Amino acid sequence: MSIRPQTQPTGPKPPFWRDRAKRALLAQCLLLAALAAIVLFIIDNTQDNLASRGITTGLGFLDDTAGFGIGQTLIDYSSDSTYGRTFIVGLLNTLLVSGLGVLAATLVGFTVGIARLSSNWLVARLASGYIEVFRNIPLLLQIFFWYFAVLQSLPSTRESMSLGEAIFLNIRGLYLPKPQFLSGFGSIPIAIVVAIAASIGLIIWNRRRHAATGKRLPAIWLSLAIIIGLPLLVLVITGIPVTWELPELGGFNFSGGITIIPELLALWLALSIYTASFIAEIVRSGIQAISHGQTEAALALSIPKKLVLRLVIIPQAMRVIVPPLTSQYLNLTKNSSLATAIGYPDLVSVFAGTTLNQTGQAIEVIAMTMAVYLTISLLISMFMNWFNARMALVER
Amino acid sequence: MIHNREMLPSQPAPRRSIGPFAWLKANLFSGPVNTLVTLAGLYLLYWLLTPTIQWAFIEADWQGASPDDCTSAGACWVFVNARLDQFIYGLYPSEETWRINIVFALFTALIAWLAIPRLPYKRWIAIITLFVFPVIAYVLMHGGYFGLPRVSTQRWGGLTLTLVLAVVGMVAALPIGVILALGRRSTMPIIRSVCVIFIEFWRGAPLITILFMASVMLPLFMPTGVDIDRLIRALVGITLFQSAYMAEVVRGGLQAIPNGQDEAAAALGMSYWKRMGLIVLPQALKMMIPGIVNTFISLFKDTTLVMIIGLFDLLGIVQAALSDSRWLGFDVEGYVFTAFVFWIFCFSMSRYSQYLERRLHTGH
Repeated sequence: MSIRPQTQPTGPKPPFWRDRAKRALLAQCLLLAALAAIVLFIIDNTQDNLASRGITTGLGFLDDTAGFGIGQTLIDYSSDSTYGRTFIVGLLNTLLVSGLGVLAATLVGFTVGIARLSSNWLVARLASGYIEVFRNIPLLLQIFFWYFAVLQSLPSTRESMSLGEAIFLNIRGLYLPKPQFLSGFGSIPIAIVVAIAASIGLIIWNRRRHAATGKRLPAIWLSLAIIIGLPLLVLVITGIPVTWELPELGGFNFSGGITIIPELLALWLALSIYTASFIAEIVRSGIQAISHGQTEAALALSIPKKLVLRLVIIPQAMRVIVPPLTSQYLNLTKNSSLATAIGYPDLVSVFAGTTLNQTGQAIEVIAMTMAVYLTISLLISMFMNWFNARMALVER
Repeated sequence: MIHNREMLPSQPAPRRSIGPFAWLKANLFSGPVNTLVTLAGLYLLYWLLTPTIQWAFIEADWQGASPDDCTSAGACWVFVNARLDQFIYGLYPSEETWRINIVFALFTALIAWLAIPRLPYKRWIAIITLFVFPVIAYVLMHGGYFGLPRVSTQRWGGLTLTLVLAVVGMVAALPIGVILALGRRSTMPIIRSVCVIFIEFWRGAPLITILFMASVMLPLFMPTGVDIDRLIRALVGITLFQSAYMAEVVRGGLQAIPNGQDEAAAALGMSYWKRMGLIVLPQALKMMIPGIVNTFISLFKDTTLVMIIGLFDLLGIVQAALSDSRWLGFDVEGYVFTAFVFWIFCFSMSRYSQYLERRLHTGH
């Protein structure tokens, strides 16, 4: 076969639907036109519908008086407050339960995930039993179970369960002692800040010294001692300016102390137990993803066995674990919106629920609620990208 | 010199390294700490299981029809028994439930055919499941044709509704997900950004707000006078939500196919749709199946949220039955039963997806 010289195609220019660039342009223009048509159709219909229902659009309703109370508020709130304040209260409650949930789920999840890999057969089985049971039951059902079946069957206020006459648990919630700060307590936070700064300094200095001379101090333990010891020392010197206000039974209910409402308790339990089962699987697969050769190579270099886990396995496993872990945190935050089913006053419950029903401002309310969750998810994915970029394997 | 040219027969392993006792020693009692942990674990198991078994089986009531039949101290399964029809069919008229049974039977048969690897004609069965079965199911369940009495969707409920929501949401989301994933990988900037925004928007918001949005805002978006069925609203929300997750699964599958496949197909002069439809997607689909099953499991669990917008799925109808004044105080039984049903479905699906993952892991 002889090679023919390439010739330019002759004849008329190909029609535009055979030209790739023009076709792409056309397709995108069509998509934009279709989207614009849909949006216009929706806007037109919505304006008609809103006009016929007599709803005015705009964010003006945020300054109106809400007129309803909220069971748990982190900031001052009364039924005279505005809808804008309702939004903040709901947002803070969402963040509170998500934060608590993330803490507990991480703790339980890591424990179960490591137990799943235990060389003890029974421990590994128990851990995988935990994972399989809680992962395969809908979260809403678990929330209902804790709220209606467990917490609602607790004793009444008069027959509360108590722990040392300081902590009480009954159908109305969990009552904890509340610290009362006396004058002179202000030095404690300062001591904590100083201690943290000192230990960070110590760790940096220790790392430099280790790199330069090969010697090093057990900096982690030292800094832990500073962080715990210094505030304690200040506490003792200032004469312990804290008293505890105990919850007391008066009439029909407890007064004083910190009250944790049962809705928060049920939601927190269900969210952490459910999410922990996913985190456990992530931790297990992250550790298993590190090939055994890494351990063997480290041992061959005569790195002590204790350090192999800390210096070789865990840093590599974290690279695998952190991205799905953050997406579980995001899921937990989104799932906290199920609060509305048991009446915990989170963002969806008080804002997309009560506020929407009272004002009828569906579009504004839903848009604001969505915006909150989208912002959170955007922040988390920004963190994930930053982490991935930092941790990505530097390949030759 | 004496040579032994024959292999000696292999010796049995030392007594101490085989058998149940050796296994116990190696796995449960290999040291003092391990022994302590094992004993603690055994105690935990005893502490959890004994009261549970006692409550659920030994001291339970099974027979009867009214709350008065609950005489013993344990669980009263009479409650579940008496309400079982409602839990499965919702408020569907009882003389018409055979229609749902046929749909169930047909669906199980089709899915079983697809799930068992040895059976032939997979492609045709898949096409029937995706395109013919939904029509049959709709005609049978909704009625109004061929002399079947009409049953409005307001009467659908229980496990039936849960399955309808999950399956319809899934089947509708799959093609949208494929389109979105292809769009996200497209080189055309506008198409790509539209797809990215769409996917990230639906993935970032919780399903509950999406359901609220579907039930509150969808009627606002439609021309005045158009009334959308409540079930359809929920389905629209679920489908949009699910399609975003599906798109990410499809994208994962597409990324696993080496570029050479697409380039080779392009070199053979195939058009974009031919390359995708005949070369890339069929290979990617194999990689995607476990991911698809996993998203289906989470969708199946998430269908419980529709009770918040007033539909009676399995959890919704159990919750409604629990507030019946004749049957008060059977919360634990109701929830345990529901949890069991969901658990069976989800656990078997997750096992199936693990099995597929192992089977499809053919290596290179």
